[in-house]
Amino acid sequence: MCDTCGCGEGGEAIILRKPGREGAHIHLDGEHAHHHEHGHDHEHEHEHKHSHDHPQEVRGREVVIEQNILSKNDLLAERNRGYFEAKKIAAFNLVSSPGSGKTSLLERTITAMKGKKGFYVIEGDQQTMHDADRIHATGVPVIQINTGNGCHLDARMIHEAVKELDPGEGSVLMIENVGNLVCPSLFDLGERKRIVVMSVPEGDDKPIKYPTMFQSSDLCIINKTDLLPYVDFDMEKVKNYARQVKPEMEFIEVSVRTGEGMEQWYEWIEKNGDALG
Amino acid sequence: MHELSIAMSIVELAEEYAAKEHAEKVTELEIEVGDFSGVVVDALEFAMEEAVKGSICEGAVWKIIPVHPLARCSSCGHTYQPESLFQPCPACSGFGAEILRGEELRLRSIMVE
Repeated sequence: MCDTCGCGEGGEAIILRKPGREGAHIHLDGEHAHHHEHGHDHEHEHEHKHSHDHPQEVRGREVVIEQNILSKNDLLAERNRGYFEAKKIAAFNLVSSPGSGKTSLLERTITAMKGKKGFYVIEGDQQTMHDADRIHATGVPVIQINTGNGCHLDARMIHEAVKELDPGEGSVLMIENVGNLVCPSLFDLGERKRIVVMSVPEGDDKPIKYPTMFQSSDLCIINKTDLLPYVDFDMEKVKNYARQVKPEMEFIEVSVRTGEGMEQWYEWIEKNGDALG
Repeated sequence: MHELSIAMSIVELAEEYAAKEHAEKVTELEIEVGDFSGVVVDALEFAMEEAVKGSICEGAVWKIIPVHPLARCSSCGHTYQPESLFQPCPACSGFGAEILRGEELRLRSIMVE
């Protein structure tokens, strides 16, 4: 049962919430909510029947499908993208490992730029309102998506969150994905640009350890440069690795803590926020 | 574990096509998974076992067909089989190849009755 409203929804339901309106929330369960109800009675006595050489015991008629498994997500993502384009909203999908500083980056950015641009934020985390509360404190509209056990945001969650958030014409929509360098790479949300954030203490081989994420990103922000004197981190090496996976990758080095490099990032937002997608 | 959402999307797609065919049961699924699709086959197998439960696909067998990658170098046009996304072109050592094959994540066909 849902521990917020007791409505009988499973703990795995996806929940949208706004700071200051703790009582009100939306369950995004849809077709996906029925899974995983098994009470661990896994007996595993059913044979794994995924054989590659089974004889002709399979009956029935063949239906050729030839369809991309993520086509539903991709269609919804395109629908989001069309909506953003029509309303001249610049949507950016921020991906990274947990703890790279995405929320701090957004806090500082919004505080510095909110006089110039309208900002709206979608926060994705498995649990808690912590990040949404931090963004709420900067005074811009924010909605939190709690994915429960989910490891990524998908286009449907964004579709629902945008309906609630209703970002204004010409605004910047920052989507902070679940901290995870693997799964979010597969799910297009309809964003204009994907931004991968990494930080100096994480090490300089991230781009080739998680190539799919770097391959699908447009900009790489390298945060916590104030820690460079204390750790073994080779800036050129990380850029070379990232270019091996994505030759046209752009880079911005910042320290959110000291503010170093932030101007370049603000210029990037100005430039990419105005360019029509 | 994005493999679970992927397994559920497979079952959903199969259900959709089975309904169009007025089928009562899906007995087999053929799934193509590219080496560069970002999906771990073992995890997908495990997720499929959960995803088919209580669906029209329950009891079906599934075949996961691996698709090995093929890339074309964007500098010299050489076509080769890369082992990773960051392998340089064996002909000119350039990076940034176009992936021609190997990112597939497709439901190829189902058997229904």
